[in-house]
Amino acid sequence: MEEYPLDGVRVVDFTWAWAGPYATLLLAMLGAEVIKVESQQRLDHTRLRSLMTGPTMGGPNQSTVFNDINLNKLSLTLNLTRARAIDIAKRLVKASDVVIQNMRPGVMERLGLGYEALREAKPDIIMLSSSAVGATGPEKTYVGYAPTFAAQSGLAYVSGHINGPPSTLTGAIDTRVGTTAAFAILAALIYRQRTGKGQHIDLSSSEAISCLAGDMLMDYTMNGRVRERDGNSDEVMAPHGCYPCQGEDHWVTIAVSDEEEWRAFCNAISGPDWTNDRMFADAASRRQNRPELDRLVAEWTRQHTDYEVMDVLQSAGVAATPTFSGSMIPRDPHLKERGILAEVEHPEIGKRTVVGPPWRLSATPTRIPRAAPLIGEHNQYVLGELLGISRDEIERLVEEEVVY
Amino acid sequence: MNQAALAGVRVLEYCQMVCGPYGAKLLADLGAEVIKVEKPVTGDQARSRGPFLHDIPHQERSGLFLYLNTNKYGVTLDPAGSAGKVIFLELVKWADVLIEDTAPGTMERLGLGYGYLKEINPSLIMTSITPFGQTGPYRGYKAHHLNIYHASGQASFSFTQKQGGDATPVKGGGYVGDYDAGLSGAVATLAALYKRGPDGTGQHIDVSRQEALISLDRVDISASANDPNATARRRGMLGGLMPCKDGYVMVIAPQQHQWEALVKLIDNPEWAHSEKCRDEWARSENVAELQPLIEEWMLRHNKDEIYHRGQYFGCPAAAINSASDVYDSSQEKHRGFFAEIEHTEAGRLSYPTASYRLSETPWRANRAAPVLGGHNDSVYRGLGRSEEELAELKERGVI
Repeated sequence: MEEYPLDGVRVVDFTWAWAGPYATLLLAMLGAEVIKVESQQRLDHTRLRSLMTGPTMGGPNQSTVFNDINLNKLSLTLNLTRARAIDIAKRLVKASDVVIQNMRPGVMERLGLGYEALREAKPDIIMLSSSAVGATGPEKTYVGYAPTFAAQSGLAYVSGHINGPPSTLTGAIDTRVGTTAAFAILAALIYRQRTGKGQHIDLSSSEAISCLAGDMLMDYTMNGRVRERDGNSDEVMAPHGCYPCQGEDHWVTIAVSDEEEWRAFCNAISGPDWTNDRMFADAASRRQNRPELDRLVAEWTRQHTDYEVMDVLQSAGVAATPTFSGSMIPRDPHLKERGILAEVEHPEIGKRTVVGPPWRLSATPTRIPRAAPLIGEHNQYVLGELLGISRDEIERLVEEEVVY
Repeated sequence: MNQAALAGVRVLEYCQMVCGPYGAKLLADLGAEVIKVEKPVTGDQARSRGPFLHDIPHQERSGLFLYLNTNKYGVTLDPAGSAGKVIFLELVKWADVLIEDTAPGTMERLGLGYGYLKEINPSLIMTSITPFGQTGPYRGYKAHHLNIYHASGQASFSFTQKQGGDATPVKGGGYVGDYDAGLSGAVATLAALYKRGPDGTGQHIDVSRQEALISLDRVDISASANDPNATARRRGMLGGLMPCKDGYVMVIAPQQHQWEALVKLIDNPEWAHSEKCRDEWARSENVAELQPLIEEWMLRHNKDEIYHRGQYFGCPAAAINSASDVYDSSQEKHRGFFAEIEHTEAGRLSYPTASYRLSETPWRANRAAPVLGGHNDSVYRGLGRSEEELAELKERGVI
């Protein structure tokens, strides 16, 4: 049997949407047993819709979005409006190592599942509570999603074209929050491994994104400067941009970082006259004359495919890559060889291509992901095998809509 | 006194700029002992990148470097020569973790490949962060943040409609995608540390910056991988990014209760009760007609008012905050998100801290980023080097 880093770690997952589920997806890909606690009474909305696709999905077991961020997990249905369900949840926590939740601050406490209550059930429990802007402070009850985290954090303000509107980027804003949550949980697991102590972690989603723009915030605290949107440009490098290529909506990015690379770039594009122009003689002049430089570079890139530009420039030692679209990624030879995509078989969706883990660990091979669970798929395993509840009792719990 | 979560974890960092240094900073901020190895004289390239204090270039006053290297010890060392290599190997023996970001093959050429390092320290966890990973046809390719962000697909996906004008795909602001690689590397490193425990064996972790970003945008990428026309099928949604009186706001309202909150926010107009707004599907069908009505209201109101009033009614609304908005926010003030740290050359400055409050093991600023070679004496003396030996190594440019 293969060994995974988090073998033996059990995670009770009360999260929904994207950020929390991505945190537990990372833990699941590292080998933790993640039990998602959900309910027909309060469905994870990604089982029904997404900000990307709108309300277009079939039933709760047919959501591809839900599948793609809940691989490798188990599903237990508990209707947390029932007292019996709360008891069962606590028993499950008692048999677990980590609890993660992203309800509005205060909700878990009202349900009787706050950190203090869970610590009574399991003194060394690690609990992470993820919220829009944190569990303390005047705005603690405020709610949000990826685009609002990007907005609040300061990152959206500096993303986008120069003089264009800001950009709240993509769903990756949520998964950045989730990665941060996974990091904090792992640090707490290591602390518990050493000391035997659990703890509570209060995570602010908006702060998680602010941390990824730390240098921009430092510019303000150091110099009082509010950094504006800088498109694809760089403070120092030029050329440094995204240029059109042959074909519709095909682009390539090029970044030239020093004089040696500039000479290599000029040679690689067969040194047209303009490359000798005084306007582009050194880094500072190239940066200063960027609009003209970008126009000339684009004249060259337009005559080639994105892959041709990458091949020619990378061979010359200059950083250049295509702007991948979603449909280019599965076809790219490098990514194919790396095997970043994997296929899972889902009982209702069928075969589906999904994305693997963001790292390779030499001693613990990549876990081939299992599809996301159907709702309540593992009720029997969790309630029966883990918690020792009899089959009759489980049936009664289902009838009473406690397990629902 | 509270302990640090990662107390006793020893990390050797051989990285520059953002990815590796951010990953090691995350560990250092939670109590790991991190020794950062920099090139003699010039140091980490981040030292020569802005923002500089008062905009005057100075290798000890780069905000980028100062932020990314809090709580670390710093030494200078050139591991290319034999004397430098000996010291590097001694540091590897000391370390639980080595985080490095050299191009694939470089460490092997220096005689410092994982195959050798694990012989001298079997419990070593080596985390290599590179643009495209250790294997595959692009492994030797160069890439900066711009290239990697675009090569991940993220530039081609966006919530923001292309609003006329420039259709060029655009990267995320600052170095966001490079922070991502560091953060992903830190997650894998901690998982390997947990697995290893106090006395297990280590392993080699291969982090491709491109894959770190692909993993983050897995929903978009899976959608396209399974259906090349997925993007074209997207339906409109009301709200989203909208200009307001003094900037921009983001408003999310697909679900019924969110829509009802949005209607309250915009003063309950009559049209909001028409057939066209009947349910989520109807609103999605009629987005072209309804959206301008909402935007017209936004243009008459300020971003803070929209944020607080929207949230009051239960609508997930937010202001597009600038750096000063973030710094001045009463929420962040209350949470103490910014903390002052004193640095010998840069003085007392305010730094973003961390997004997680660990009840037993809080984030701490024990020391500011190291000055170049600032801990050469203490670290190398700790390895048993005499003052004379250090002087000689310095003379020869090894440290």
